[in-house]
Amino acid sequence: MYSEKVMEHFANPRNVGEIPDANAVGQVGNAKCGDIMKMYMKIEDNVIKDVKFKTFGCGAAIATSSMATEMVKGKTVDEALKLTNKAVMEALDGLPKEKIHCSVLAEEAIQSAINDYRRRSGEDVPEDKEYTCEH
Amino acid sequence: MDNNATTSLKKEVLDAMLPYYTDIYGNASSKFYKVGRDAEQALYKMRESVAKSINAPNVNEIYFTGSGCEADNWAVKGAAMANRKKGNHIITTKIEHHAILNTCEYLERHGFEVTYLDVDEYGFVTPEQVEAAIKDTTVLITIMTANNEIGTIEPIKEIAEVAKKHKVIFHTDAVQAIGHMKIDVKELGVDMLSLSAHKFHGPKGVGMLYIRNGVRIDNLIHGGGQERGKRAATENLAGIAGLAKALEIAVADLDKNVAHCRKMRDRLIKGIRDNIPYCRLNGPEDEGRMCNNANFSFQYVEGESILMMLDMNGIAASSGSACASGSLDPSHVLMAIGLPHEIAHGSLRLSVGEDTTEEDVDYVVSVLPSIIQRLRDMSPLYEGVE
Ligand SMILES: Cc1ncc(COP(=O)(O)O)c(C=O)c1O
Repeated sequence: MYSEKVMEHFANPRNVGEIPDANAVGQVGNAKCGDIMKMYMKIEDNVIKDVKFKTFGCGAAIATSSMATEMVKGKTVDEALKLTNKAVMEALDGLPKEKIHCSVLAEEAIQSAINDYRRRSGEDVPEDKEYTCEH
Repeated sequence: MDNNATTSLKKEVLDAMLPYYTDIYGNASSKFYKVGRDAEQALYKMRESVAKSINAPNVNEIYFTGSGCEADNWAVKGAAMANRKKGNHIITTKIEHHAILNTCEYLERHGFEVTYLDVDEYGFVTPEQVEAAIKDTTVLITIMTANNEIGTIEPIKEIAEVAKKHKVIFHTDAVQAIGHMKIDVKELGVDMLSLSAHKFHGPKGVGMLYIRNGVRIDNLIHGGGQERGKRAATENLAGIAGLAKALEIAVADLDKNVAHCRKMRDRLIKGIRDNIPYCRLNGPEDEGRMCNNANFSFQYVEGESILMMLDMNGIAASSGSACASGSLDPSHVLMAIGLPHEIAHGSLRLSVGEDTTEEDVDYVVSVLPSIIQRLRDMSPLYEGVE
């Protein structure tokens, strides 16, 4: 049901962990629905120098977190904001239909962390949405 | 480690089936030539054997079906439709297999009223609850013998007495129970009972519904006159031969298998409890739990991830998480025993069988703790817990 790429990222996830001096932290999802993604970033001069994640969820949630962090590492904030769930999915050679929401969460987790960074920089960014279990 | 899902086909069972794919290929309804008659006679013997295995008073109370699901569908729809003049109320529980629950929901859409009884934190329903739910319009009570997810064994004999007292038809889904506890339809006092061959080392795609003589039930499958006109379809002779043989063996070896499974199950439960913190056993402790079932919830992690890591280590298991089932909600059984969603998402069912060895159990106990730890180290819910 999962592609080899998904299995590979699940078995050897990249960028797992926390960044103690992160200046951008975002969390999306809801334990009730079975998946939560938390992203930590260290952003310098608008460039994502480091990114790490922690995820509670199914195999696809872990694999999409891993892939998304790889795709934004070293990118500028503006580039990272352009990352779509579709791009994450394509990079993983696709996801089963009922797991597409995991890639959406990954996209939103990146955005949530960057929004946190912007708020910290004094920008007026709206609050993250509440998560209900409707994938 | 997923014997509640299905079991291996026994060699003796396969041997009992093979002649019906080769020499005895006749149609049991073709009585005017020898291969047909041979098939008819063989079918009678199989029916006789199954009746004996579950202690059915009459051979003609055994009806073969295409699966456990079909037996369940037939029992519920057939009894509901045949007794519609009497009433439209059905009693069941919240923890039945979907073969029962979805059938009840279907009947609700067609004018029936269904009471889904609550269960306690271990999955038990009481005869008192059943009695309190009975109305003048109740035509059927259907409650499973043993639960496929958490192993709870329900008080079937006592519920049957209640049903009899109120003259309501009582069906039980014994699909998981066969081979794991004594099943005697006379002693249990049930009106109908479903079973499925692949759960006790028989072939897939064949089941049986016991219907006590005198119980009114409509056909589910209309057509020819097979199964005394109650279930049309040319009989799956090889499958039925496999069911009958597997059941004979399951009954003959019952005590031995129960003792073995219980030993393996208890070793597994102890090993997991001793080695993994923040876990809970779902379902009853010992008494009242099916001998081969263990079901745990591991806090802070999600079930599908556990299954995938177990699979990478060559271990097959099952989970009640939403992810694992491809739905939005975790298992209805885990919800019914009152688990919060996040605990239900972290569930793992391990079910042993007669071919499970101590080495198998010890292997699971050796790899599972590090899998859970690895996932916890990745989980934002676990932060600050250590
Ligand atoms: C309790 C219960 N009832 C019914 C079934 C369905 O049996 P079958 O797979 O033969 O349709 C199963 C098996 O999944 C079961 O565990």
